[in-house]
Amino acid sequence: MKVVYMDNNATTRTAPEVVEAMLPYFSTYYGNPSSMHYFGGQVAKEVQEARSRVAALIQADPAEIVFTSCGTESDNAAIWGTLNSYPDKKHLITTRVEHPAVLNLATYLSKRGYRVTLLPVDREGRLDLDQLTAAITDETAIVSVMWANNETGVQFPVEEIAEIVKSRGAVFHTDAVQAVGKIPIDLSRTPVDLLAFSGHKLHAPKGIGVLYIRRGTRFTPFVIGGHQEKGRRGGTENVPYIIGLGQACRQAQTHLGEENKRVRALRDRLEQGILDRIPNVLINGDRGSRLPNTLSVSFEYVEGESILLLLSNLGICASSGSACTSGSLEPSHVLRAMGVPFTAAHGSIRFSLSIYNSEEEIAYVLDRLPPIIERLRAISPFWKKRTAEAG
Amino acid sequence: MWDYTEKVKEYFENPKNIGEVENPDGVGEVGSLACGDALRLTFKLDEDQRIKEARFQTFGCASAIASSSALTELIQGKTLEEAEKLTNKDIAAFLGGLPKEKMHCSVLGEQALSAAIANYRGRTIPKQQEGEIVCECFGVTDKEIERVIRENGLKTREEVTNYTKAGGGCETCHDKIEALLARVLKEEREARPAEGPPRPALTNIRKMKLIEETLEREIKPALKADGGDIDLIDIDGNKVLVALRGACSSCRAAEVTLKDYVELKLKEFVTPEITVEEVKP
Repeated sequence: MKVVYMDNNATTRTAPEVVEAMLPYFSTYYGNPSSMHYFGGQVAKEVQEARSRVAALIQADPAEIVFTSCGTESDNAAIWGTLNSYPDKKHLITTRVEHPAVLNLATYLSKRGYRVTLLPVDREGRLDLDQLTAAITDETAIVSVMWANNETGVQFPVEEIAEIVKSRGAVFHTDAVQAVGKIPIDLSRTPVDLLAFSGHKLHAPKGIGVLYIRRGTRFTPFVIGGHQEKGRRGGTENVPYIIGLGQACRQAQTHLGEENKRVRALRDRLEQGILDRIPNVLINGDRGSRLPNTLSVSFEYVEGESILLLLSNLGICASSGSACTSGSLEPSHVLRAMGVPFTAAHGSIRFSLSIYNSEEEIAYVLDRLPPIIERLRAISPFWKKRTAEAG
Repeated sequence: MWDYTEKVKEYFENPKNIGEVENPDGVGEVGSLACGDALRLTFKLDEDQRIKEARFQTFGCASAIASSSALTELIQGKTLEEAEKLTNKDIAAFLGGLPKEKMHCSVLGEQALSAAIANYRGRTIPKQQEGEIVCECFGVTDKEIERVIRENGLKTREEVTNYTKAGGGCETCHDKIEALLARVLKEEREARPAEGPPRPALTNIRKMKLIEETLEREIKPALKADGGDIDLIDIDGNKVLVALRGACSSCRAAEVTLKDYVELKLKEFVTPEITVEEVKP
């Protein structure tokens, strides 16, 4: 069966060019970049080259790039690294819609003597910046706000937020896992102190992440060990994956234009097509400020897991914010924070595209999705009731 | 991905008995949109007061839809007295099991059935009158939780959440659930003083009786639902000899049924030493 992959916010296909770039670093150039001999030293040069490519994608200096194992490690390192650098400051601010990598850490810290402020969002998933401003005190060590939301694609005004946080003397961290590679990021103009992202969201493999640490930022290492990464993260460099990430970042930079034109157009076509073909549909998230590849859509009176399984039978891969898919009993914390009504929250589906998607695939989904929703609504007691009341 | 059995997939993808019975004798509605799953069950009786037709409408995940459809299949042809004995375990067994996080889907079926039968008998049983709400998020009462703990032999708070959803939301009721669980478990222990911990050696008479009871209560109904049956032939120490009848006797999965279902049930309800063997005719 042909796979129509529209779950790129979960993970992406490793680009074939990336795999090719990595392969020699497993069994040909397997030296340790820290070694004194030339065999290892030549690898260090390539790692440095990859670091430059990663830095270039976000307009940073290569010395500000620290390689980690994943996005979650980067987020943890950023927050712990800051808290440990400011032991007297016991307050941290983040949002209710963060990824668990930040949100669950915040909950953990709240039980260990830290005061945690979770900023709410409105129905469109937007933050109130006045509320953020008011929450920052002299006690605030760090403010952590994601660049773009993984479920809805809503982008926060990170430039503005960074200015506010910096002007009040706190450290600003952003989880940019969903943003890097999808939208232009220029850290020479945006005063974030720390930024986390992950390789496997931009066509590099799983198992490699990045923590950007702006020069001059106080930081206590999270993974303590050797002198690697200028003492900021111990552990032998994951050379093949670093090389792969360098290649992926180079490609991401050339594809940024395409991502924002062609992929956006595909997403918009999918969105409009669904709205045209299926009644009682809600689009989740601020349509004015959204990642170009993400569509979160709710089908009223049906449940997300059922939709996903029927799509999956047709080879279509998407994800859902419904309770049943995650093993939790409530719909996603993001949709609940936005106040999406229960009629819609349980039936939410996320389609997240990439440059590998085609117009044919969009047409295929638009052809197959309406009968699935119709079929599940025919089983649903609420749909019957609603149509009876309406008619 | 959930690890659904083939039977769950089959009943989700091609559910039987969707819709509403015309002029139903009984209607049961449980769950809500807020909870994430809801089931509306309607049935009609024939002249012999047996369930002639049962249909369902479900809002929910794959296992909720499959459980609802399984329920309608299980009660077909039964008198209300027979149907009443059906529990969520029968629904889960009919489907070859459910992931533990999804057991509440089978409980939903049991609740809809009770509600529909009560409706037929001219009573409605609003949840609130059946004890006090413990879990505000999902509107689950202490009576409901207690019944599910007893019927399914639950031991932990997580299991209670998996089976009833109680405690799966804001989590503020966890202490109440723990307290309720502790009380019920204590009562259950005290209700079996003769057995005492650990399980005492069974007398032969008692063991035979237990085996018979378990076959009747736990095993036969599930096999009959699939058009099969089972007969007890002999008991030799801890070896139970049985013969599979009806659809089971020609079923290629009979060996699996025997080991994974019959033997497991007997181990659970009689003694862990039990083994089951089939006597071929």
